[in-house]
Amino acid sequence: MSDAPTLSVEGLSVEFRTRGGIVRALDNVSFSVGKGETIALVGESGSGKSVTAYAIMGILDPAGRASAGRAMLGALDLLSASPAKLAEVRGRDIGMIFQNPRTALNPIRTVGRQIADVLIRHGNVSRRDAPAQAVEMLRAVGITDPSRRAKAYPFEMSGGMCQRVMIAIALAAKPSLLIADEPTTGLDVTTQAVIMDLINDLATQMGMATIFITHDLALAGQRSARIVVMHAGHVVEDAPTAELFANPRHPYTAELIAATPDSAVSLDKLASIPGSLPDLRRADLPPCRYSERCPRKLAACAQPLPHADLGGGHIVACWNPLPAQHASAPAVSAA
Amino acid sequence: MTALLGVTEFSKQFPVGGGPGTWARLKRRFTGGVEKLPKVYAVDDVSFTVDEGETVGLVGESGCGKSTLVRALTRLIDASAGSIKLGDRELALKPSRVFARDRDRARIQMVFQDAGESVNPRFTGFDTIADPLRRLRKLRGKALTERVETVASQCGLPLQLLTRFPHQLSGGQRARVGIARAIAVEPDLLVLDEPTAALDVSVQVVILQLLQRLKKEFGMSYLFVSHDLSVVRLLCDRVLVMYLGKIVESGPAVEVFEHPLHPYTQALVAAVPRLHENGSERLRLIGEPRSPIDPDPNVCRFYGRCPRGADACKTTMPALRSFGARSVACHFAEEFLPQPRIAS
Amino acid sequence: MTDIAIAPRRESALGALFKHARYVVGENPVTGFAFALFVLIVLASVFGPHIVPYDPLASDTTQALKPPNAHHWFGTDQLGRDVFSRVVVATRLDFFIAVASVALVFLMGGLAGVAAGFFGGWTDRIVGRIADTIMAFPLFVLAMGIVAALGNTVQNIILATAIVNFPLYARIARAEANIRREAGFVEAARLSGNSDWRILTFQILPNVFPILVVQMSLTMGYAILNAAGLSFIGLGVRPPTPEWGIMVAEGSQFMVSGEWWNATFPGAALMVAVFCFNLLGDGLRDMVDPRRRT
Repeated sequence: MSDAPTLSVEGLSVEFRTRGGIVRALDNVSFSVGKGETIALVGESGSGKSVTAYAIMGILDPAGRASAGRAMLGALDLLSASPAKLAEVRGRDIGMIFQNPRTALNPIRTVGRQIADVLIRHGNVSRRDAPAQAVEMLRAVGITDPSRRAKAYPFEMSGGMCQRVMIAIALAAKPSLLIADEPTTGLDVTTQAVIMDLINDLATQMGMATIFITHDLALAGQRSARIVVMHAGHVVEDAPTAELFANPRHPYTAELIAATPDSAVSLDKLASIPGSLPDLRRADLPPCRYSERCPRKLAACAQPLPHADLGGGHIVACWNPLPAQHASAPAVSAA
Repeated sequence: MTALLGVTEFSKQFPVGGGPGTWARLKRRFTGGVEKLPKVYAVDDVSFTVDEGETVGLVGESGCGKSTLVRALTRLIDASAGSIKLGDRELALKPSRVFARDRDRARIQMVFQDAGESVNPRFTGFDTIADPLRRLRKLRGKALTERVETVASQCGLPLQLLTRFPHQLSGGQRARVGIARAIAVEPDLLVLDEPTAALDVSVQVVILQLLQRLKKEFGMSYLFVSHDLSVVRLLCDRVLVMYLGKIVESGPAVEVFEHPLHPYTQALVAAVPRLHENGSERLRLIGEPRSPIDPDPNVCRFYGRCPRGADACKTTMPALRSFGARSVACHFAEEFLPQPRIAS
Repeated sequence: MTDIAIAPRRESALGALFKHARYVVGENPVTGFAFALFVLIVLASVFGPHIVPYDPLASDTTQALKPPNAHHWFGTDQLGRDVFSRVVVATRLDFFIAVASVALVFLMGGLAGVAAGFFGGWTDRIVGRIADTIMAFPLFVLAMGIVAALGNTVQNIILATAIVNFPLYARIARAEANIRREAGFVEAARLSGNSDWRILTFQILPNVFPILVVQMSLTMGYAILNAAGLSFIGLGVRPPTPEWGIMVAEGSQFMVSGEWWNATFPGAALMVAVFCFNLLGDGLRDMVDPRRRT
């Protein structure tokens, strides 16, 4: 890659202090996003994908803190930046779209005002010009009759429209990185398609890097160039999309694919993933958090996780990865 | 196959904004006027059947009326018009207010979408499953405990979890409690309203396989409501596609998804992300759906969003026409029919 | 968040309740303190009259208005009665007034409120109008009016307190019932063969109860203050019955001339009791609401 990545997360670990003990939500998470690239963070509930986004943005729950690692946005480490600096960066350099558009928008402020707020604060737009530019943003996200809609409140709009407004707010100051946390959960599948088209189109237009967080593997596959698979706070696999589906190397990835309804012709052929998530409060968590449910477990799995670089941008964190299924994978070499 | 459930010309309307207030109603009584009130046509003239042992899928997006239809079928709300027959019995005759005490109450049960919402937070798993058994089967004491434990085991719920409250259970475990409650009284028809929507993919598989197994074991029929087409394709024999209160297409599940005939179904199928394709041809629906309030009975509900729009679409409502096992409500259905294979 | 599997253990419902109570009380020292104080108050109400050194009604004018000393810890009042004994014995009456008022208003307001919230329609309108009528009066004036009209008895004080608090309970209960009436579990209960009144009693009410419990502990403090206030203006308990409010009223006459103990000690007892009930509110809510259990 000729350009430096827009965002580089290195060795991120996050802990939460709870009543029941310390939850080691993330452990040594590393990945990067290049300029203009769209990657997907995929995982089930409890995988830590949302926590990763919140840690990067510096909006973790007060009980949580990043105990190790860096999140480099260019030359700035977001994890050790001062609150003032972070407040500047959020909105101007990073935009975030949240899961439930209705609750993420301020219910007592018109949508036009909410967009204008971002423009004024981060976009160097004067108070006088902001309303007009807000209307333009609404038009850019595909809302019809934007000048009238700008005066509407979130409760007057449908879920799909609210999500478009949130996209407009996130992109108003033209950030270099967009984080989309399950942006289409709760939306109809036809609306989902349109919203994802919008995000992809705008990202391409603006040369923006995108991190797309989702539990839907098929959706991730359709919309991103690279997929990072997470399990119980670890990155287990990181590969270009086509390569991941053709040659899943981590047992969990393969199970996840086999459990997706789309992958099977009949219900009996659908595989469920054995076991369940380990309790992240345990002091005796094994280095590989999948090992206790893994059918391919070896004695070697008691060692700290490797980051095996299989070439072609395909990384897997496994001592006993699955063999390559198809010839498209280049020669394997463990790191 | 005998029809277990027969729905004929079923309609349900709701007055807009909850209807006029007391004063307005009194006023109307005195002025003698029966003005036409604006109504939302949630479900409009829907007819279909569910045969014994069948799994019928009901697919459609928000606002299509499937929730309303399902609530009417399970007799939680009343119909505005039409008939709902379970076997020989006309259910629509008895008001929903009193149906809870009806002798046939146990024959139709429902598994809800969000088990967290549909289970009383102050009830343990045991209480939740025991409730219908106490009320509808009059079981008490030892007989009750035995039946609850049997059903829980059949649903793969470890017995020690029965003393827990919903917030102490995982999503999958809560879903099992919801299913156990629904099948405890051995219903003939089980309506499943997006039972796996809130679950992780791995848990979803297990629950779907459980549902499949239970159906075979107890010979129930399923009405499976979902927005997730991939799941419907796997679980259902037949599928009904709804849009704005009407059934626009129906037929064997696999066929409907491989060869959708109605433009809406086509857009729906095209929008579903598939694992082994990449950003398929963009068949996207533009704009917002038509208003369900007092819709024009002569205009196709899909007109305006449909990629096609001919004059016929705004002068005549397309009727649901049959083509073998399939039915479509579109003037141009013939164009999409799969061509007969030519033997080479 | 994470789906953490909790270690299963078979325990009885009562055992679980005690374990949880110990946990809640142990976790927050303030709750623990309030709880200890509450136990003290209960003990004083139950055993107080039996263990006090002097008869609270026995007057001895030779001993009148003595400051606190070794024989009379809280001093004596204008009739020579031991203030300490009277304060302790008054605990029973005041505590009884508090508990009875709260029980009555919970039954009246809570039930009316959930019925209004659940059924809507005319039930809602009637309950609403009753609540509005009560709220139209300044509450203490209304309490005064009720007691003045019906007579100075403890029962009427309790009734007045209950009536005056009715709108608050009805409102809270109505809002909670309204939220829950469309909930999934209510529909599921209908499918399970529950009639409307069963749903109201067994499904909705248990969910509304924890929210009302916090209010109830606050009302207990208010009830005592209300009784004290009414006694202060002569509309409450009649002398010579020992009751904190009346003791403060009578004792206030002597503040200026320097005999501070007559009013201060019963006043302090009032304050401590109300303080305790307020603190208890949070702890009780934690104990009763199963969502807070881990």
